[in-house]
Amino acid sequence: MEILVCVKRVPDTAENEISVSSAGNDIERGDLVYSVNEWDNYAVEEAIQIVDRVGGNVTVVAVGDDESEEILRREMAMGANDGLLLKDGAFDGSDGKGTASILKAAVGKGKYDLILTGAQAEAGAAQVGGMLAAMLDYPYASLVNKVEVIDDKKLKVGREIEGGNQEINEIELPCVLSIQTGINEPRYVGIRGIRKVASVEIPVMGASDLGLGADSVGAAGAKVKRVDYFVPEMGAGAEMLEGSTEEIIDKLVELLKAKGGLK
Amino acid sequence: MAQVFAYITHKGGAADDSALELAAAAKKLGADAVTAVVTGTGGELDAVCKDMAASYKEVWKIDNAAMAYPNAEVVRKALVNVLPGDCLLLLPHDTFGIDLGPGLSIKMNSAYVSDVVAIDGLEGATLKVVRQEFGGAASTHMTVDTGAGAVVTLRPGSFAADESKSAGGQVVDKSGDAGDLTAKRKYLETVAAEVGDVDITKSDVLVSVGRGIEDQDNLQIVFDLAEAMKADVSCSRPIVDAKWLEKSRQVGTSGLTVKPKVYMAMGISGAFQHVGGIKGNPFIIAINKNPKAPIFQVADVGIEANILEFIPELTEKIKSL
Ligand SMILES: Cc1cc2nc3c(=O)[nH]c(=O)nc-3n(C[C@H](O)[C@H](O)[C@H](O)COP(=O)(O)OP(=O)(O)OC[C@H]3O[C@@H](n4cnc5c(N)ncnc54)[C@H](O)[C@@H]3O)c2cc1C
Repeated sequence: MEILVCVKRVPDTAENEISVSSAGNDIERGDLVYSVNEWDNYAVEEAIQIVDRVGGNVTVVAVGDDESEEILRREMAMGANDGLLLKDGAFDGSDGKGTASILKAAVGKGKYDLILTGAQAEAGAAQVGGMLAAMLDYPYASLVNKVEVIDDKKLKVGREIEGGNQEINEIELPCVLSIQTGINEPRYVGIRGIRKVASVEIPVMGASDLGLGADSVGAAGAKVKRVDYFVPEMGAGAEMLEGSTEEIIDKLVELLKAKGGLK
Repeated sequence: MAQVFAYITHKGGAADDSALELAAAAKKLGADAVTAVVTGTGGELDAVCKDMAASYKEVWKIDNAAMAYPNAEVVRKALVNVLPGDCLLLLPHDTFGIDLGPGLSIKMNSAYVSDVVAIDGLEGATLKVVRQEFGGAASTHMTVDTGAGAVVTLRPGSFAADESKSAGGQVVDKSGDAGDLTAKRKYLETVAAEVGDVDITKSDVLVSVGRGIEDQDNLQIVFDLAEAMKADVSCSRPIVDAKWLEKSRQVGTSGLTVKPKVYMAMGISGAFQHVGGIKGNPFIIAINKNPKAPIFQVADVGIEANILEFIPELTEKIKSL
């Protein structure tokens, strides 16, 4: 099975305290630690496991800048066979549809049976996979937490729905799936693995290679635009307990007693 | 202005809570008449349509056996055929909306904006909304060009339901316009979530742990605290994804809904999918090393601390009482 997995380089929210920049036009990017989007990493692991079972090839693709190469390499160290970087100044400011259009053009340059994305990335939009599928006229399933290959024409997939229940579907290939966390246990990537792929050539394609007009992608083609980042005025919020740890614990114990938290 | 529609999700003949939230959100668009659109089949569909006519001036019913189960690939086809191309369509940002919305926007050639938490208004064709990024750590204002229509998904619980039920609306049968509903994805069955050894939905006191616990071995300090407090241990999703605890201990939209008296969130950032599982207005205590963590916005009491150090000290104190 030829599998394409779309991956994105994002600030790692588990490693960073995100704050809005003083100008309000971005978050503070100074000391951010970046990594591959958590959901995408599960998607790559799933692709590798499918290929381990039925054979084939895994390609990881990112829309991004030069620094996205580092996450492509990381996913190749995990076991993806090929990488592809889609990079062009014209892509800057793309909305979800713009990003899906870029990926669609890249899909057209290859031949894939299965395309995976993460269920969502740092903006929580959960949109690119579904858009890409519709553009390609492929069937789509989101929030997938189980993939079983029936034959070379169909898959059985589980979707995670409310309450942790699982919706089982049969889906025809080629198709697009967005992968939910927890579907597998992504393998660890060591320094040695990274070193092994350090010098592998990663092809780069821009707007003209992909046959994309500048007005269909990037800020020019975007109907959805971010105006600013801000910290919302909230209600009261939590009453913060202050003092030494001992004092805080004393106050907390009193509160727990009062609220029925200690029996 | 373009016509505004709200897609009603329902189950067993009853509309989802989101149905009346969408009605409230639609008012913020300045629309005087909002149309509910309901897909499904048979008596259950009729019951939902009748119910919705109390809250929406018009209810478009699309009845087809192919939509007995809401398979987004099938529903999408019906909506593309039935809805005017330049309409504004509201959907809930739940696992169905996430499945349907993005592809629908492409097929309708509409703009798409998802997981909206507030609507600032519509000026001409420009829709202004508020979203969140980074698990709620930053908010953004967004503009959406709705000139050719838009599909908008709304975060469940963000808009207070419009309970007025005074629309006195009518049901219009649009089933004949649904068109060809064959799809390349077929719904087979639903597998119920596994039941675990403790039932956290019945617990009065929950000691809940998140990714801040850092390592599986550190979970012991959480169980020790729970034992001292005679509480049960629950958790956020990453703990389950890592297979450190069973799924039956996960609180949230894709886990369980809990309604304790006291909820202690420790090393949990406060993503809406987590907080969405905490109901019944419990007393929430949040312990987090990041003073800006969104969980402090929903907690009653907050403590800025490293849980790896704080929890054992708290346990000691409680044991000594
Ligand atoms: C469709 C969908 C459904 C989902 N369903 C659920 C669900 O049901 N339940 C759920 O929980 N999530 C769910 N999620 C995931 C959710 O979006 C968040 O990713 C998740 O809740 C984050 O868990 P967390 O707060 O434990 O981790 P993080 O967001 O990584 O937060 C960890 C927190 O710990 C703090 N911390 C780190 N170290 C320490 C320390 N030593 N001491 C004190 N604090 C520390 C950090 O400051 C941070 O605030 C869902 C997501 C999707 C897309």
